[in-house]
Amino acid sequence: MKKLKKYMHWILLSPYLTLFVIFILLPIVVAIYLSFTYFNAIQSPRWVGLQNYVNLFTRDEIFMQKVLPNTIKFSLIVGPGGYILSFILAWLVAQLTKIPRTIFALILYSPSLTAGVTMAVVWRVLFNGDQQGYLNALLLRLGFIDKPIQWLQSPEHLLTIMIIVSLWSSMGVGFLAMLAGILNVDETLYEAAYIDGIRNRLQEIIYITIPAMKPQMLFGAVMSIVQTFTTAGIGVALSGTNPTPQYAGQLIVNHIEDYGFLRYEMGYAAAVSVVLLLIIYLFSRIAWKLFGDN
Amino acid sequence: MAGFTTKTNPKRFHKSQLKFYFILAPIAAFMLLPIIFIFSQAFKPIDELFLYPPRFFVRRPTFNNFYELFAATKGSSIPVSRYLINSILTALFTVIFTIIISVFAGYALSKKRFKAKNLIFTINNLALMFVPVAVIIPRYLIVQKLGLIDTFIINVLSLLAMPIGIFLIKQFVDQIPDALIEAALIDGANDFQIIFNLIMPLLKPAISTVGILAFQVAWNSADASTYFINNENLRTFAFYVSNLTAVTGNTIAGQGIAAAASLIMFVPNLVLFIFMQSRVMNTMAHSGLK
Repeated sequence: MKKLKKYMHWILLSPYLTLFVIFILLPIVVAIYLSFTYFNAIQSPRWVGLQNYVNLFTRDEIFMQKVLPNTIKFSLIVGPGGYILSFILAWLVAQLTKIPRTIFALILYSPSLTAGVTMAVVWRVLFNGDQQGYLNALLLRLGFIDKPIQWLQSPEHLLTIMIIVSLWSSMGVGFLAMLAGILNVDETLYEAAYIDGIRNRLQEIIYITIPAMKPQMLFGAVMSIVQTFTTAGIGVALSGTNPTPQYAGQLIVNHIEDYGFLRYEMGYAAAVSVVLLLIIYLFSRIAWKLFGDN
Repeated sequence: MAGFTTKTNPKRFHKSQLKFYFILAPIAAFMLLPIIFIFSQAFKPIDELFLYPPRFFVRRPTFNNFYELFAATKGSSIPVSRYLINSILTALFTVIFTIIISVFAGYALSKKRFKAKNLIFTINNLALMFVPVAVIIPRYLIVQKLGLIDTFIINVLSLLAMPIGIFLIKQFVDQIPDALIEAALIDGANDFQIIFNLIMPLLKPAISTVGILAFQVAWNSADASTYFINNENLRTFAFYVSNLTAVTGNTIAGQGIAAAASLIMFVPNLVLFIFMQSRVMNTMAHSGLK
């Protein structure tokens, strides 16, 4: 009995740790291992060293010319962009009294409650390519365009629409955390700062609000990184095809699926996964540098 | 002190706050548009769906699209209610088990003293940024090795490891004074009694928040159904909706059905959040990462 008590923390942690290892840690380890192999899901993996990475960066034109630039553009705008937007909106909402604040916060948060991929069926109607599409009908009536635009099938518009849709739903958990953070900044800090010579609201935000809520800023940043890369598959859902038209909306997540599940080049797909994990890690390193304690 | 006419978290209305309303109102309207559109579209009768030029708002609302949705079957004989029941069960089990697992782990990480504690918490913080789709292929291979392909429980199991859940619970348990737990230990309570009788009631806001996040993931996620399940009987409603155009075709009548289905996806999330919002905000106040 006594012995059991001594190991109680492991007993309590074991369900979580087991699931964590199986569904988070092990997949990462396996991805790294497979990325150094040739593996077609039928024969056992054959070690090929860095070949997959060499091919990825030197031979895979689609990856270097489309997928990587798309991913960088998408994640830079939706990630930091959505994050800054979340903070600004959280701050604006925090300037209101309780009831209107709650209503506005609810409205801004509710898009993130719509299920990313399932929402695509609705977007397809709004952005429908013929004149029945709501956006086309509106623009035709206002005289901005003279014939309907294939929003989701044309390479020049798809990525933009993906970005708008993702930004629309980017006020998620991070937004709520930052709102709570702004509301909980100690009021006496502001009073002291005004005595010390702060003159306007912008200075107040930069010198008081943000430093006082750094932990929430960091949490919000990590959440927007996760959200950005989780919604990144939306291009395929919107256009209805993988690959997307002329790879215009192709992001790394789709490239992984393309090679893994459509071509069964799992080793190669794993190398793409590792590159994606590194990109995510890089983004969060920057967030920790900006807002972390150490 | 001109700065104090407008301030953060005001108690009363002041006309200086009007400018914030002027900025927020159009943004809020823009955010609401697609959501109003789902509602409007879902209740449109067939002739309004066919209308040209298309009209945004519904004039004569009907439940027709919902009837059509439940009447439609995917070629085979599987009714939509089957997917819906799978989703409800998946969400229910995911919420219950995520809460229990997170509370156990969060309590251990907060109140127990052992060597690896900080290391585990640090790793968990790092895992907050984990994006499951990034490693979907190794995940698939592991699930296959475990013999969990085409099982109902993989819907639930693949979602239970939720680093954010452990993180939020641990932050909240940190607020509970150690003395309270020590007193209970002296009275002879064991850890499970402490968790269920002492900690859980005090953790209501955090548990509600983790529950709601688990619900959203479980309800919205089509991943397990897409990658791990081939048997239509075991797939979830989110999967059904995301493949709806394959069922109804991208026809105009199909658009109304799709909107009805999206509405069914959206409303439970919204209602739950409205009920829980003050608890969620309370939890978020302790969400800081250091």
